[in-house]
Amino acid sequence: MSLKVLVGVKRVIDYAVKIRVRPDKLGVVTDGVKHSMNPFDEIAIEEAVRLKEKKIAKEVIAVSCGPAQAQETIRTALAMGADRGIHVEVPAKEMEKLEPLHVSKILAKLVEKEGGDLLIVGKQAIDDDTNATAQMTASLLNWPQATFASEIKKTDGELEVTREIDGGLESIKVKLPAVVSADLRLNEPRYATLPNIMKAKKKKIQKMKPGDLSVDVTPHLEVVEVLDPPVREAGIKVDDVEGLVTKLKEAGRI
Amino acid sequence: MAALNQLISNFSRLSRPLASTQIGLRSQLHQPQWNSRVCSVRHASDLAELPETHEMLRKTCRDFAEAELWPIASAVDKQSMYPREQIKTMGELGLMALAVPEEYGGTGMDYLAYAIAMEEISRGCATAGVVMSVNNSLYIGPVQMFGSEEQKHQWITPFTTGERVGCFALSEPGNGSDAGAASTTAKELTADKYLLNGTKAWITNGYESEATVVFATTDKAKKHRGISAFIVPKPTEGLSLGKKEDKLGIKGSSTCNLIFEDCAVPAGNLLGQPGMGFKIAMITLDAGRIGIAGQALGIAQASLDCAIDYASKRLAFNAPILKMQTIQNKIADMALRIESSRLLTYKAAALKDEGKPYSKLAAMAKLSASEAATYCAHQAIQILGGMGYVSDMPAERHYRDARITEIYEGTSEIQRLVIAGNLIKEYQAL
Repeated sequence: MSLKVLVGVKRVIDYAVKIRVRPDKLGVVTDGVKHSMNPFDEIAIEEAVRLKEKKIAKEVIAVSCGPAQAQETIRTALAMGADRGIHVEVPAKEMEKLEPLHVSKILAKLVEKEGGDLLIVGKQAIDDDTNATAQMTASLLNWPQATFASEIKKTDGELEVTREIDGGLESIKVKLPAVVSADLRLNEPRYATLPNIMKAKKKKIQKMKPGDLSVDVTPHLEVVEVLDPPVREAGIKVDDVEGLVTKLKEAGRI
Repeated sequence: MAALNQLISNFSRLSRPLASTQIGLRSQLHQPQWNSRVCSVRHASDLAELPETHEMLRKTCRDFAEAELWPIASAVDKQSMYPREQIKTMGELGLMALAVPEEYGGTGMDYLAYAIAMEEISRGCATAGVVMSVNNSLYIGPVQMFGSEEQKHQWITPFTTGERVGCFALSEPGNGSDAGAASTTAKELTADKYLLNGTKAWITNGYESEATVVFATTDKAKKHRGISAFIVPKPTEGLSLGKKEDKLGIKGSSTCNLIFEDCAVPAGNLLGQPGMGFKIAMITLDAGRIGIAGQALGIAQASLDCAIDYASKRLAFNAPILKMQTIQNKIADMALRIESSRLLTYKAAALKDEGKPYSKLAAMAKLSASEAATYCAHQAIQILGGMGYVSDMPAERHYRDARITEIYEGTSEIQRLVIAGNLIKEYQAL
């Protein structure tokens, strides 16, 4: 059985950009800021493409929710080797309030609609760091989940997934269909080669709205305030061990 | 003075009416393929934002350069080491035959893409930049524009993967800018064989290349109209290499003489018609200048990156020196020259992609970008002070690498002649 694989790819502020809080303190500055594909999603796409190269997968579909520019992210996934894309258009204003549950509902609907056998997403997006979409989608689909994958092997009708957990590695088996979330060491994503960038131009991206999938994206959460992390204050130097002990006692640490 | 006037008229005649020259050639020869295969038509006025394809290509090149070229650039320079593995990867990425149609194994992108890629690659390692540039525009370029179908399959396809590179042999010990005065000769030995004799100088990729486009006089009496172009495989009997030149910069690529002594070349390796060599060379160099402009931009940008990074960390008078106006003035001037050169480069590339005359703009782009590179590298050293002068920091490498961009593929002086020649023609002033 070769699998139909869907992969979630999110457009986020590039990892190298210094994040600035917006003057209204309700979000961060995104205008004119470099965006790229969430690095964990790049790993997810890479894994899906490798499954296809090993003939374990028959088709790889890249899915992104977001404004018009999310198409660029999908195009990058196509240039890395995905077969086609689905763009669920969410305007930039609404995107700020799009929650993991909304995305999970959209992904679950798409998986059902496409008849997917496997959904791979990054373990978390580097913008909101929620680490929730894989888990919620698995729950909505009533599928098994294998999160924080650092190795994926296909056996008969099952996946053997190595997970990175505190203090070591855990190997689990999940029955297919399943949801997998990609951790950092699953693979090293390839470069989109120039010939593949050219080929990606010819691949199809289907456009739809959350409403087309009967998903309601009304927010459940309200952002009250967004703040910069506190600036670290300068430390002090002590002359000797006694001084250190005194200071630690004063600070109530020992 | 007469010689100078002749030179100006040569350049203006050959560079200005490029479109008509090409149309003239099209009727005799094979139509240039670049324009029919562009990945998107860009108008010079609409370069404020690059097309998606070009942004993706930039990202691929930048990620590759940061991860795989930047870390070896210092060793490439210090050990004069040819970055063979990296060039192979560049071939796999599609960078070694970027503007070649897919049917010949190329990537099928346009010259705007080439200019962007050249900048990003050279920002990581200027040596990798020049190897890429020579293969793309100086070796493959003329074969693609003037080669027969058979020649294209034979001499382009194996050179698209990074496994093999080509080179371009025009200059001689006795003539560089005055390319029409070539003394290398090609004698028609039999109906199917030419015999080449003479020495070609300053050949980039001389040692690593496995084929060269070489220019030789088939009819001395006709001067520059008697020059013809040949494709010569390497190694081949009768072709030997001079010593590797010890250079100021771009040390990872080899530069040497190609010495032809009764070197027999099949007549089937003649590129275009006999006597077309000079035109082929000039048209090839017009395109090549866009690549060198890209290379110079990469070196200039790397210099600015290095200068700002250092100035933000270096403290003097209790503050980062970046807070001082003298430093700020410098980085502003550097960025200004880079950005304006970049626009000129994109415009030249866009004109070429649209099939319009671009000789003047290519000369402007190359002149401006190469002067920006030497300026920025100079200022970077100044900002770094003593640290700029030692090889622990990359600034001195940029300074040495930048210098050649004002010399090869037409010196700054020749670029000015080309620009002026075009202007005089446009104004019909002489």
